[in-house]
Amino acid sequence: MKELMLTNRAIAQGAYEAGVKVLSAYPGTPSTEIAENFVKYDGVYAEWAPNEKVAVEVAIGAAVGGVRAMACMKHVGLNVAADPLFTVAYTGINAGLVIAVADDPGMHSSQNEQDSRYYARSAHVPMLEPSDANEAKEFVKLAYAISEKFDTPVLLRETTRVAHSHGFVEIGEREETPLRPYVKDTSKYVMMPSNAIGRHVVVEKRDKEITEYFNTLSCNREELTSEDEIGVVCSGVVYEYVKEALPKANVLKLGTVYPVPVAAVARFAKKVKTLYVIEELEPFIEDTLKAAGIACIGKELFSLQGEISVAKIREKFGVQRAENEGVEAPAKAPARPPVMCAGCPHRGVFYVLNKLKLTVNGDIGCYTLGAVPPLSAVDSCVCMGASVGMAHGFKKARGADAKNVAVIGDSTFLHSGVTGLINAVYNQSGITLIILDNSTTGMTGHQQHPATGKNLQGEPAPVVLLDELCRACGVKDLQIVDAYDVKGVEKAVKNAVASKEVSVIIAQRPCALLDKSKKTAVAVKDCRACGICMRLGCPAISMGESGVKIDPIQCTGCGVCVQVCPFGCLNKA
Amino acid sequence: MMNILIAGVGGQGTLLASRVFGRYAMLCGMDCKLSEIHGMSQRGGSVVTHVRIGEKIYSPVIWEGGADMIIAFESLEALRVKHYLKKDGILLVNEEEILPMPCITGAAKYPEDLKTSLKNEVARVHFVKAQARALEAGSEKATNIVMIGSLCKLYGFDKEKMKRAVEECVPAKFAELNLQAFELGYESV
Repeated sequence: MKELMLTNRAIAQGAYEAGVKVLSAYPGTPSTEIAENFVKYDGVYAEWAPNEKVAVEVAIGAAVGGVRAMACMKHVGLNVAADPLFTVAYTGINAGLVIAVADDPGMHSSQNEQDSRYYARSAHVPMLEPSDANEAKEFVKLAYAISEKFDTPVLLRETTRVAHSHGFVEIGEREETPLRPYVKDTSKYVMMPSNAIGRHVVVEKRDKEITEYFNTLSCNREELTSEDEIGVVCSGVVYEYVKEALPKANVLKLGTVYPVPVAAVARFAKKVKTLYVIEELEPFIEDTLKAAGIACIGKELFSLQGEISVAKIREKFGVQRAENEGVEAPAKAPARPPVMCAGCPHRGVFYVLNKLKLTVNGDIGCYTLGAVPPLSAVDSCVCMGASVGMAHGFKKARGADAKNVAVIGDSTFLHSGVTGLINAVYNQSGITLIILDNSTTGMTGHQQHPATGKNLQGEPAPVVLLDELCRACGVKDLQIVDAYDVKGVEKAVKNAVASKEVSVIIAQRPCALLDKSKKTAVAVKDCRACGICMRLGCPAISMGESGVKIDPIQCTGCGVCVQVCPFGCLNKA
Repeated sequence: MMNILIAGVGGQGTLLASRVFGRYAMLCGMDCKLSEIHGMSQRGGSVVTHVRIGEKIYSPVIWEGGADMIIAFESLEALRVKHYLKKDGILLVNEEEILPMPCITGAAKYPEDLKTSLKNEVARVHFVKAQARALEAGSEKATNIVMIGSLCKLYGFDKEKMKRAVEECVPAKFAELNLQAFELGYESV
């Protein structure tokens, strides 16, 4: 049976068919749907971990414990999980272990476009890269076979265009894998120097064996046309673009991107006149080939930035389009950047921070949008949890001169903000931390986390109470406010900033998208067009000829604009 | 080979629309790939989903000048993606204007008389008041299905198969409403 499915769902299907029993993940675009789909199968266990490092550790524990396991994350999540990754490469596994990682060339929803393939190389962990949904499902099963054959974790890499595309997938049966016996083996699983020295030797030997194996593996496939003199080495979605743009070219499609099957490429190179490597982001394959003495053309043609496309390949290879020239591109179209939704509980908080002219160390989530006009409140955004550490460092640098606060979401705080808070308390910087508690992981599409009271299955779960957690970290000055109460937020922020101690404000209100009840829109009467409510950047409010207009479809009646109007012209019905 | 680009504003239902075409391809026994973007851009930003249907599909993404049809759920988004359309392609526009934040704040101006300029540039452009028709059917959420109904007629898709695709992609309790929205869209062009 064939079904049209999202690649991330196909990966979940592949894990199910491969007999995976335990999956742990932290949400991150474009990887989130793997866990969301895997949890729907019978006879499996899946969870949201508070961060990617924990997710990988859980999966290692399950694999060593004797069942096939998976951890899933986006590219930057692998940075967080890099610590266990580098050492599980030494210990190896018992039952199969696969770590799925989703890169985001073009940064559709990310803060950088790092190339995860370098993790595979530096950790000496084999990496597979599928091109579409069906192949992704098959590669998951192949990855488990490789993992167990060579006693190694395996990385499965996808990019946004693969992760978030649908294709037809052949549905197979689940292969039940029996619980493997667990045998205590300290020389393998206890990585202290005396044991790790021995394991490093194993890793190097394994790497060579895997390279040999990949050189003849069928997922590294030659597609010879004999119609053209050029040969293209490619993998992932770029293979699909090459087939579209250069239908006559000879292609070596790589399914394994680490180790690069250099001997297989050398065989292919002999059959073509000019060898090209087309790859997104870094010259990973190209550098490997050049180091092995295989002449090829790569990044001379294509940028390290952004995505490759059918059009870019056609342009570089001088291919005339068969179809008609298209309609002309627009001379100018106003941009439509993402915005905080109407009714977003973050809006009022950023309005206050902007009004008080504070420096705001921001974080990763919907609230990063507090940086864009007209709120323009956020000064920095680096990585998950960075707001707290940066606010502390900023205070240490500027002393009493620093008028800064840290702003972080509830899910991000639990992910990696809490350690920054412990540091701020311990090292006495007296920062102000605002936790925007909207009771969900918002940006990635509303996933549960340890403070929501529900788990990935949607079942009731114990709640980590954010206020008690902060108090346990040593915070004495803690205020809880309603995020829609603009005056209350302002008063709390003023108090916290004036305090010499570490202060935490928890601004509570569930994400506006979670509340599906019928809303009554705010009404406008006798507007004087002063424009103060326009500073909220609410997509439901616009300025008309005779004052502001409120779109009754978008307005959720949150009432934040009602509170900022100095003339009482906005009213909740 | 059919390349359909669907452009809109995050939250307008472009993902569901693309899945209807995917289901249609399945009912026709054709290969199909869809491409979409989740995450940050969905928060009221521009969103584009790609649908490709044919014997054998490689790229999940359509290129500039490669679309046979574009459905734009909003007028400015039609302007933004029009160069993806083949010269003889169909551009179907929902006559709705949603101000982007730079226009709300006054940093940019929403283009005037988009309808006329699109008519001058695109030979096969069609406009539908899809939101109004969807409300007639019972919910403005069915705007995307109205548009699919209109495109079905303009391009000449198999109507019965497309209706079945709609029925199979929407929640059962909204099937009737959406099928009515489809018919209203079909009759609007």
